[in-house]
Amino acid sequence: MAENREFFYRRLHSLLGVIPIGVFLVQHLVINHFAVYGEESFNKAAGFMHDLPFRILLETFIIFLPILFHAILGVYIVFVAKNNVKRYGFFRNWMFFLQRITGIVTLVFIVWHVWETRVAIGMGNAELDYSLMEGILSSTFMFWFYIVGVVSTTFHFANGLWSFLVTWGITVTPRSQKIATYATLLVFVAVTYIGVRTLIKFAYGV
Amino acid sequence: MANQKIKLIITRQDSPDSSSYEETFEVNYRENMNIISALMEIQRNPYNANGDKVAPVAWESNCLEEVCGACSMIINGKPRQSCSTLVDKLEQPIRLAPMATFPVMRDLAVDRSRMFESLKKVKAWIPIDGTHDLGPGPRMPEKKRQWAYELSKCMTCGVCLEACPNVNSDSEFIGPAALSQVRLFNSHPTGEMNKGERLDALMEEGGLAGCGNSQNCVQVCPKGIPLTTSIAALNRDTNIQSFKNFFGSDYAY
Repeated sequence: MAENREFFYRRLHSLLGVIPIGVFLVQHLVINHFAVYGEESFNKAAGFMHDLPFRILLETFIIFLPILFHAILGVYIVFVAKNNVKRYGFFRNWMFFLQRITGIVTLVFIVWHVWETRVAIGMGNAELDYSLMEGILSSTFMFWFYIVGVVSTTFHFANGLWSFLVTWGITVTPRSQKIATYATLLVFVAVTYIGVRTLIKFAYGV
Repeated sequence: MANQKIKLIITRQDSPDSSSYEETFEVNYRENMNIISALMEIQRNPYNANGDKVAPVAWESNCLEEVCGACSMIINGKPRQSCSTLVDKLEQPIRLAPMATFPVMRDLAVDRSRMFESLKKVKAWIPIDGTHDLGPGPRMPEKKRQWAYELSKCMTCGVCLEACPNVNSDSEFIGPAALSQVRLFNSHPTGEMNKGERLDALMEEGGLAGCGNSQNCVQVCPKGIPLTTSIAALNRDTNIQSFKNFFGSDYAY
């Protein structure tokens, strides 16, 4: 394996983006969506996730390490590309460009989000409940920061799902790739709705 | 029409190490001119638009029918062959520049030898030499021959490399052209016998993993080669090959 590390790392990068990171993202947004049904409902769901057995191990191997690897190699991938959407304004080239932009935006967002929530809770500076997010999102600036962060994350996930299908040799023909474009667009709309709906509830109580 | 002139703004460079500059030329219009005939006019009468006598513009060309790939350059912002680009279909002034992905030798002539190196890297040939006559190879299904023929149209012109955002000085990526050639030779019934070697080469540094799916290559390819289909098919093949290599298989050749 030593001689083809790049190939292995790039395949691992693609795989981790969907399993477990993509799965975690969807689960995270769905659990948060309990907020829409009320404060108590959210606290119960968040409490259930918080009290899962082996939580530290689950967090480390399903969330922290995969995201860390995906982020480090991802930043390298961003810097290796010389984007040329001005000269070649094709749809896929724009998606390629946006995938790299949203990757960086998402990384900044996640670092801030984890610092503000998981790290703060871990250090005992915050309590995991509805009011934590309500407090953060009561500021208009933070609300829009979260909107941008969530939409950027869901775009990166949905478009990443499209390139995952190509990278793993599942969608080979132009036709299957085109249908995958529509399918991942639906994924983007659905996951974005779940995430943004929750943010609106936390920020405006509706 | 007799006195009509066409204006060309050409990015020039005197030697591989010197810096580039733009120079404007005006040449007499003739009907059905292509870019090469305009460059030949400059060669015959090497005066720039100011009337100064200059060294004629250097470029490469060979077949003049879009099958050799030698005359690729950036014409009004798009990489294409100067033999098949007609002046009548272009906006004026016509801007010519060398392809930026390759080292410039002089003016519009670039050194595309990295493409040949890539073909060597991925073993884009079929080994048939032996110590005795090996006889005829296996036959190829007609349907397969038809799509494989499309892949064989590649003329290593370099346009796909020029358009690819991942082919640049910061990256080792060999680019779409050589990748698609692996699919061509792996689809050949005799070439197939060395399939694994080529796939292993694609899994080396600068190989297939460098593709970021911007799919510019398939949009710009002058021969209409389904480059992104080749890349996706090779993604599948290399994944299977890497599993065979790691877990073990009697079919990993």
